Amino acid sequence: MMRFLLLFSRQGKLRLQKWFTPMSEREKKKIIRDMTTMVLARQPRSCNFLHWKDLKVIYKRYASLYFCLAIENQENELIALEVIHRYVELLDKYFGNVCELDIIFNFEKAYFILDEFLIGGEIQETSKQMVNRSIEASDMLQETMEEYMSKPAF
Amino acid sequence: MPAVSKGDGMRGLAVFISDIRNCKSKEAEIKRINKELANIRSKFKGDKALDGYSKKKYVCKLLFIFLLGHDIDFGHMEAVNLLSSNKYTEKQIGYLFISVLVNSNSELIRLINNAIKNDLSSRNPTFMCLALHCIANVGSREMAEAFASEIPRILVAGDTMDSVKQSAALCLLRLYKTSPDLVLMGEWTSRVVHLLNDQHMGVVTAAISLITCLSQKNPDEFKTCVSLAVSRLSRIVSSASTDLQDYTYYFVPAPWLSCKLLRLLQCYPPPEDGAVKGRLVECLETILNKAQEPPKSKKVQHSNAKNAILFEAISLIIHYDSEPNLLVRACNQLGQFLQHRETNLRYLALESMCTLASSEFSHEAVKTHIETVINALKTERDVSVRQRAADLLYAMCDRSNAKQIVAEMLSYLETADYSIREEMVLKVAILAEKYAVDYSWYVDTILNLIRIAGDYVSEEVWYRVIQIVINRDDVQGYAAKTVFEALQAPACHENMVKVGGYILGEFGNLIAGDPRSSPLVQFNLLHSKFHLCSVPTRALLLSAYIKFINLFPETKATIQEVLRCDSQIRNSDVELQQRAVEYLKLSSIASTDVLATVLEEMPPFPERESSILAKLKKKKGPGAVSVPDLEDGKREGGELNGGGERGPDSAAMSASNASTPSPSADLLGMRSAAPMSAAPTSAGSLLVDVFSEAGPAAPSAAVNDDGFLRFVCKNNGVLFENQLLQIGIKSEYRQNLGRMYLFYGNKTSVQFASFTTTVSCPGELQSHILSILRLNVQTKPVEPVVEGGAQIQQVLNIECLTDFSEAPLLNIKFRYGGALQNLSLKLPVTINKFFQPTEMTSHDFFQRWKQLSQPQQEAQKIFKANHSMDTEVLKAKLLGLGTALLDDVDPNPENYVCAGVIQTKGQQVGCLLRLEPNGQAQMYRLTLRCSKDSVSLRLCELLAQQF
Repeated sequence: MMRFLLLFSRQGKLRLQKWFTPMSEREKKKIIRDMTTMVLARQPRSCNFLHWKDLKVIYKRYASLYFCLAIENQENELIALEVIHRYVELLDKYFGNVCELDIIFNFEKAYFILDEFLIGGEIQETSKQMVNRSIEASDMLQETMEEYMSKPAF
Repeated sequence: MPAVSKGDGMRGLAVFISDIRNCKSKEAEIKRINKELANIRSKFKGDKALDGYSKKKYVCKLLFIFLLGHDIDFGHMEAVNLLSSNKYTEKQIGYLFISVLVNSNSELIRLINNAIKNDLSSRNPTFMCLALHCIANVGSREMAEAFASEIPRILVAGDTMDSVKQSAALCLLRLYKTSPDLVLMGEWTSRVVHLLNDQHMGVVTAAISLITCLSQKNPDEFKTCVSLAVSRLSRIVSSASTDLQDYTYYFVPAPWLSCKLLRLLQCYPPPEDGAVKGRLVECLETILNKAQEPPKSKKVQHSNAKNAILFEAISLIIHYDSEPNLLVRACNQLGQFLQHRETNLRYLALESMCTLASSEFSHEAVKTHIETVINALKTERDVSVRQRAADLLYAMCDRSNAKQIVAEMLSYLETADYSIREEMVLKVAILAEKYAVDYSWYVDTILNLIRIAGDYVSEEVWYRVIQIVINRDDVQGYAAKTVFEALQAPACHENMVKVGGYILGEFGNLIAGDPRSSPLVQFNLLHSKFHLCSVPTRALLLSAYIKFINLFPETKATIQEVLRCDSQIRNSDVELQQRAVEYLKLSSIASTDVLATVLEEMPPFPERESSILAKLKKKKGPGAVSVPDLEDGKREGGELNGGGERGPDSAAMSASNASTPSPSADLLGMRSAAPMSAAPTSAGSLLVDVFSEAGPAAPSAAVNDDGFLRFVCKNNGVLFENQLLQIGIKSEYRQNLGRMYLFYGNKTSVQFASFTTTVSCPGELQSHILSILRLNVQTKPVEPVVEGGAQIQQVLNIECLTDFSEAPLLNIKFRYGGALQNLSLKLPVTINKFFQPTEMTSHDFFQRWKQLSQPQQEAQKIFKANHSMDTEVLKAKLLGLGTALLDDVDPNPENYVCAGVIQTKGQQVGCLLRLEPNGQAQMYRLTLRCSKDSVSLRLCELLAQQF
């Protein structure tokens, strides 16, 4: 199973954190620190895999963002790499040419999309159409933009 | 600015996020956040009821602040309110907040569970999925208690929507992992297995993760999944790339599902049914064939997905380890990848080959790639790839290529990345020892190791070379000559000085004939390093010097002068001073004969498991040093140290035989143990007459318990006493290690004959091979005779491997006036001996206390006081326990709280303790919370009898 997924920028700013097993805040902070320093220190064109404690860490850079996924030791690295890619595709499909800013300003959406794709560290649905269909269905349930704009900002 | 926000964008949130982004400094950010927190707090507290939208917006802001890394201590209630909103977006944000900021506050959990229950029964698939995601994200025990019986029903119900089934399957898996005892699959098993046949690929993909986990735990109940998995796999593998529509990923049909199916099959042995097996082999062959076909796309996603399946298929082939043909094909395929231009594939090929190297069918095939692997070690730019290459070289090493591999690893060490040097050093040392045919090569290798990477050579490595040189007399002369030469270097590593000092002290005489290495030259060489060394090395050198005086009387005057000078005899370090004084005295008053006896050559070391192998295992985790490798190590290690190993063992054996001059032993020609068990019937009556009250000495050897309990909070004292024998105990513990001195005192005036003691550890006696050894206790046999009035001593070395509750047993047998005495005692080795005290503040204590809130982590007992309730007595006991006694933590000053960490070899277990005395009722309440359930229980049991 997957243990956690982190998205961070080249400057090491965390953009998304998803933990698939319970962990204390202190542990999380330590892991985030370890991952950013480890991954950011990697030379370009290195392989995308690292061993870290008893886990395998799979990372890939998309533009200014690093996606970093930790999986258990017996899991398949290449398919995990494609889990990352599929998530990127899902974000891209939803936002249209997704960029870091989309994830910053719509962080809750990034979490919702992830929940449709992965649950409890396992893949729920691999089909892009299927995931998008359920995200769109939930967007349909939302009120219109105008309704929101008429409401006070603070 | 807020233009980037999409869909239902919350304008206030977007404004806040851009404000934060515009902050120029950390301080400005914190200021802005505090302002926002104050604002939200006042809104939440305000009299005006907030509408759903505002509530959602503020909860979302809090979430954002939390994800930035700030603490959030309010808003939970508002989030819970959102759960019961009938607006989807409000509900969704509520669930997200709960999933991210779980709180074990029981009041809230009840409310959350209520909301989830409503959504689960709403029959609205979108709401049901939200609720299921939340359960899976939180996955707490309370949720398992509330929903573990409900979810299987949802999963297998005929009218459940596919998307809900998918969420339900994975949600159940999550609950099964946290609370397997609550998820009862019994009646659902076969319907869950049949989800593998579901029409909807998404359902199969989600269900297979659940099935795989359940199969690992209950292989028999789920074994029907094997044939279903094979047929599903076969359908996917043989489908054209477009058949599966959206489940085809870059022209590869269902790669995730294929990998999962292959992984599920790895929970089982090869299928017994010929047809199923045939079909599976066909699948595996197809997958191997496809690897040779030209790619359908140039995209890396295509090749990744395809190769992911290929590597998983290879894992299955290796797991079966029964199809030589497939194994060799797998190996050839990996061989191709070793030279692939994709770094990822080279990395994975090296990793996968490591496991292949341990199969007897493919070991030789792996070896053919040695040149490529060596090349990878030399030329790969990426250190993690080089590391895999080093691992593979280690795995493929055998007698035929050991010299080449060790030489390559040594030369790599000179430039190796610092992060992997220590491990490389251990590996080189192990290989050199394991495959040494010629010991001069072994000695050269280790000395080179010290020369190249001295800082990374741990004590175990240089201890080991000394053990081996001492145990093998054919290499001693060579070793002396080589260290002598190595020490000539102007700068040599301190570890080299240690080895040099030890070996020349023992075997310097073997090279003293050569005038270039005459005794004085040797001494001067060693002494020239003395001042640059640390205290322990200097101490070792002083011992080498006194050995020189014995080996070469002509050096006596020079060495005495050195010992006599102020920097030695008045050294501020106690150990050095004592050695200097004692050695000087010894050399001046002892006769040559006495000196020769005292300073005799070291006897061979008893053979144990190689300490360096143990160290590597510890470093890499027990799984990392593959099993065949270990067996190999034992088998061939014996060869290397043959002389040393058999020597002391057989000597001990004959000694113990000789020391049991019992007539029946001769008569029956049995080993010493036999008469012991045969004797009691005749001895019994005599004993009962003479020592009627000496219960424990009765032949049945009832285990004596009460002595044991007295030692829970102390380490020294009398463990046992009767008219014949007194057993005293002294013990000391550090981290996960302990040493116990047992003193056996003969209280009579007659000697005890055939005195033997054995210590057995919990777990050791069960013959089942998988039972875990929890404690490791090592000792040497004691003197077989204890004279009247005399006392003998025995030392036990104890290592705590993992937490334990059974104490080791000490069995003592001896003859007193012809009657056999047999006595069993529990040795007071209890889990609390391995405590390290932990000081913490009240805040930390209660935070941890809350973290350890799962019911099974807590153990509690309420009991009557058996001893004085005096404060000082209690404090002394609690300190004796090994924990830190924390002041000013508990709001009630009458109570005691303690904290500590139990150190075992494998892990550390944090423990918190609270003892609440009630003086009036003469009662205590004792509560323990530990990160491991079994430890809470055991400590509670032990302590409840102490107060």
